[in-house]
Amino acid sequence: MQSLLEILVAGLLLVNLVALGAGRIGSMVRAVALQGLLLGVIAIVAHGEASNRVLVLALASVVLKAWLIPAMLFRALRQVAIRREVEPLLGLLPSLVLGALTTALAVAAAGRLPFAEERLAPLLVPAALATVAAGLLLLVTRRKAITQVVGYLVLENGIFAFGLLLVEAMPFLVEAGVLLDLFVGIFVLSIIIHHINREFASLDTRRLSQLRE
Amino acid sequence: MLLPLPVVVPLALAVAVYLTPSRLWRPRLLALGAAIHLLLVGLALRAPAGSGGDWLRLDAPGRLLLLLVSVLFLVCAVYAVGYLEQRPERENRRFTACMLAVLGAMSLVAYAQHLGLLWVGIEATTLASAPLVYFNRSARSIEATWKYLLISSVGIALALLGSFFVGYAALLGGGEASLLFPDLLARAGELSRPWLRTGFALLLVGYGTKMGLAPMHTWKPDAYGEAPGVVGAVLAGGLTSCAFLALLRFTQLTAAAGEGIYANRLLIAIGLLSMAVAGALLLGQRDLKRMLAYSSVEQMGILALAAGLGAAATFAALLHLVLNAFGKAGLFLAAGNLHRAFGGKTTGEIRGALRRLPYSGTVFLFGLFAITGSPPFGLFVSKLLIVQVALAAGRGWLAALFVALLLLVFAGMGTTTFAALQGRPTAYARQSAYRDRARGYLPPLLLVALVLLLGLHLPASLRGLLTEAAAALGGGR
Repeated sequence: MQSLLEILVAGLLLVNLVALGAGRIGSMVRAVALQGLLLGVIAIVAHGEASNRVLVLALASVVLKAWLIPAMLFRALRQVAIRREVEPLLGLLPSLVLGALTTALAVAAAGRLPFAEERLAPLLVPAALATVAAGLLLLVTRRKAITQVVGYLVLENGIFAFGLLLVEAMPFLVEAGVLLDLFVGIFVLSIIIHHINREFASLDTRRLSQLRE
Repeated sequence: MLLPLPVVVPLALAVAVYLTPSRLWRPRLLALGAAIHLLLVGLALRAPAGSGGDWLRLDAPGRLLLLLVSVLFLVCAVYAVGYLEQRPERENRRFTACMLAVLGAMSLVAYAQHLGLLWVGIEATTLASAPLVYFNRSARSIEATWKYLLISSVGIALALLGSFFVGYAALLGGGEASLLFPDLLARAGELSRPWLRTGFALLLVGYGTKMGLAPMHTWKPDAYGEAPGVVGAVLAGGLTSCAFLALLRFTQLTAAAGEGIYANRLLIAIGLLSMAVAGALLLGQRDLKRMLAYSSVEQMGILALAAGLGAAATFAALLHLVLNAFGKAGLFLAAGNLHRAFGGKTTGEIRGALRRLPYSGTVFLFGLFAITGSPPFGLFVSKLLIVQVALAAGRGWLAALFVALLLLVFAGMGTTTFAALQGRPTAYARQSAYRDRARGYLPPLLLVALVLLLGLHLPASLRGLLTEAAAALGGGR
């Protein structure tokens, strides 16, 4: 069980790097979908003995993160006539190097914090922090609207991974509320993406620069 | 779990309004819904304090926030009826429905006793208000909405991570895993300090983004600047207050766990930075609504600073919260009137507002004096209380810096406001159809008058509510 968990968590980290190194928007969306799937499996494996509650939540999050949201993003991508390359502000190779660095930093930072038990936390905490960092990195170095949404999703995935440590304390309704908020948020963002494209004939958020001092 | 009526009714009405076919009736239903909400809040406040379930309970700070939000929203909703009549070219279905949804979400924040639920409520206010910012559907409002939604969502995501850290700190402390504030406070001494410290920093960044504290304030001038004035009023008066209450609850928890000095240091630093950044950007500001946005950044800085002064300043902070909400909302509503009449919102377009719109212009002028804390307005009292607490704590340098920054802000806002109010109206403004009517200037007048009256005399009931809330939030500190 533990070795399976280790492989899954390693996969989570690997997907971060894939997303950071992806040259096409489609690959980024696929990477984040895979990450959603991995998280669902991790939730089930980690709390394998646990109740139906965990099972339902894991399934809901897989449906949402690995299918519904990627489908929404792909739809937005089809509707807008833009180049499918990511065109990052920071090159792909430097992004990868930075991603690897932040992962190492996250592991180091997590090492300084105390853990409640020896099974899950030492695996999940560094992975969660590294994923959060990768999400932030994507948010600031990718400038197309859709890629920024992907960055937000990676960030959210990192937080979800951390949340797995607190499954016992989180009431079902609150977890469901968090997922619902995420879904509505992405939904509204994808509507705005559509409007940005119509208004500016581009999804480059650098065009969004009329408002400044 | 049963949701309380002040949360459910606005949400149900939001759906009802969305399904209403008549564009004439939707704004009226909005105002009616706001009135019903205030009635329900009145009933909820009569119930003994602390009644309700574990997750959703109205404690003293929650009562204060709920009352504040409800009164503010009713005034804004009444104003919105007249405003939407002036904007027949814009579809009002989404606007009215989202306004009510925002009201429901804000009420949820007032009730929430669970870390996760509190987060859901605050995130819901962001999502429901995004379409309001986008009301004008121009290129500029798309830009503003995108920044608002993305920056706020990322900020709030970090707040969720911070909430999880606090939860994990409790898990490490042993005992049953619980994310309820009362449970956490009762066992505050057992929380794991490193996790709590990191968690508090993340929460400060997260909910600070939602409040608009510098340096996470960048969405604020854009969103407030491009949204209709009435939306600016709800955002600046209601949503920021919700985020501040969340931050206060976590500050109390951190202090109760023995990390009060750490939390206070962070709060004072970010508060001073917000005031300084706002002061600098207010100098030479030409856009009236962006000026109000930076003034809001400054007010949030004052609130953070007051929170950082510890339990002694909690009463002043809460009084400031209430008065800032009313004063800032009044200014936004009046600014909305000027915007209509002058067809623009910069001092290039708005000149001679006192001549063109004598009532709205005068309300704006008094609003300026109110928000900058001139006596005898209420904000003078709350700022004076903050200075007194700082002096009593032997922090003379802090008090001096605070007053100096207040003067800087006054200079910036005063210059812009007088440029807009004095002089001769432009040719466009002389010919525009907008007239000063009671439904346009009475709502902001009422709000500014409230700030004045509460400065002259604080009714015993409100003072009691404030004292109770301050005691509840100061406990354990």
